[in-house]
Amino acid sequence: MQVEITVNGQQRSDDVEPRLLLVHYLREVCGLRAANVGCDTTSCGACTVLMKGPGEVGGESVKSCTVLAVQANGRQVTTAEGLAPDGGLHPVQAAFRQEHGLQCGFCTPGMVMAAVGLLSENPHPTEAEVREGLEGNFCRCTGYHNIVRAVLAAASSANGAAVGERAEVGA
Amino acid sequence: MIPAPFDYVAAESTTHALDLLDSFGDDAKLLAGGHSLLPMMKLRLAAPAALIDIGRLAELIGIRADGDELVIGASTPHAAVAASDLVRADAPLLAHSAAQVGDPQIRHRGTIGGSLAHADPAADLPMALVALGGRVDLLSQGGTRSVAADDFFTGFFETSLEPGELIASVRVPRQPGAAWGYQKFVRRANDWAIVGAAAINGRIALANMGPTPVRARAAEQALADGASPAEAAELAAEGTEPGEDVHAGRDYRRHLARVLTRRALEHLT
Repeated sequence: MQVEITVNGQQRSDDVEPRLLLVHYLREVCGLRAANVGCDTTSCGACTVLMKGPGEVGGESVKSCTVLAVQANGRQVTTAEGLAPDGGLHPVQAAFRQEHGLQCGFCTPGMVMAAVGLLSENPHPTEAEVREGLEGNFCRCTGYHNIVRAVLAAASSANGAAVGERAEVGA
Repeated sequence: MIPAPFDYVAAESTTHALDLLDSFGDDAKLLAGGHSLLPMMKLRLAAPAALIDIGRLAELIGIRADGDELVIGASTPHAAVAASDLVRADAPLLAHSAAQVGDPQIRHRGTIGGSLAHADPAADLPMALVALGGRVDLLSQGGTRSVAADDFFTGFFETSLEPGELIASVRVPRQPGAAWGYQKFVRRANDWAIVGAAAINGRIALANMGPTPVRARAAEQALADGASPAEAAELAAEGTEPGEDVHAGRDYRRHLARVLTRRALEHLT
């Protein structure tokens, strides 16, 4: 089936099998390997990307292992590769680096996309809201504290709020 | 994991979807958010020959008041139900239960109609619909019918949906200010209830205490007869036939039903 999907701002037209999962479309057809296949059962969130169609309101983060590429037809999909221009970092990516919000890095692209989605819905989250907002993303090595720190830091930097507030996190 | 091959058709209207259901027959499944169906297809527990996508039909999406009921389109995602001012004001138990489903990403895609059609006895929304005394509006070539929540769930992952029927909308009574309680026992984030309990207006529904969401009728009767929440909750597991699995044995589930029902009744919001 022919699908028209805007991936990271670029309109594409591809002939795909209906059973092709969005994550496989992104990785194998588009060559974008940020979204990882972790659990493959809608649990771990490593495959999280943003998806939005014209006129659609509400949250954008989705687990691309549980979306068919044909369901993205006519929609916009954003992966970690599309967050910032080449060589640059999105504020959330910069905050993950600054706050050491990763160790092995496998969960990171999904974690970053879930965080970007969370902040677009709730630009001023509390620590508890960040933890609840990332409930769908598993990390097996950082222990989450620095990830939460990073998301709060990104929210602060985007709003110009005092950097010192971060010191309270997880303390 | 890759699903078995299937044909995919994006329905242009509910009429079109019903035509497609008729032409494909039993081999077709309706697809909305796909967050119950696609995992089953990936595990090859389901292998429909065709998927009819109703996930973007505007006529199946949205929330409105209709007299003393709220009407929620079947393809409305959980996140929209949870965030709706109307639902939060007039059916807060429903808003709360929609906010308990899975995790944010799942709530962005999963739909109320899909969750009810899937009919997992451990799921949030079937229990909530039974507690609220809601109903589902079913549409087919032959017309429409409305089925009460108590009659909709007929067995383990089974409903009274007939071949050729689809869920058009879900109706719940508008009960602004009605006190409600909601308890869900899980061991991990984003998990299904090992046991759940929801209570409102003297009705008590339990999740995962049998093949369908069930009413705790003995406890309801005790409440009606003037028993305290703690006394009524002691009867919550009466007449239930919970299953046993790696998470809990039968007796432990019955214990949880009593404890969660007591908490739901004692911590009414």
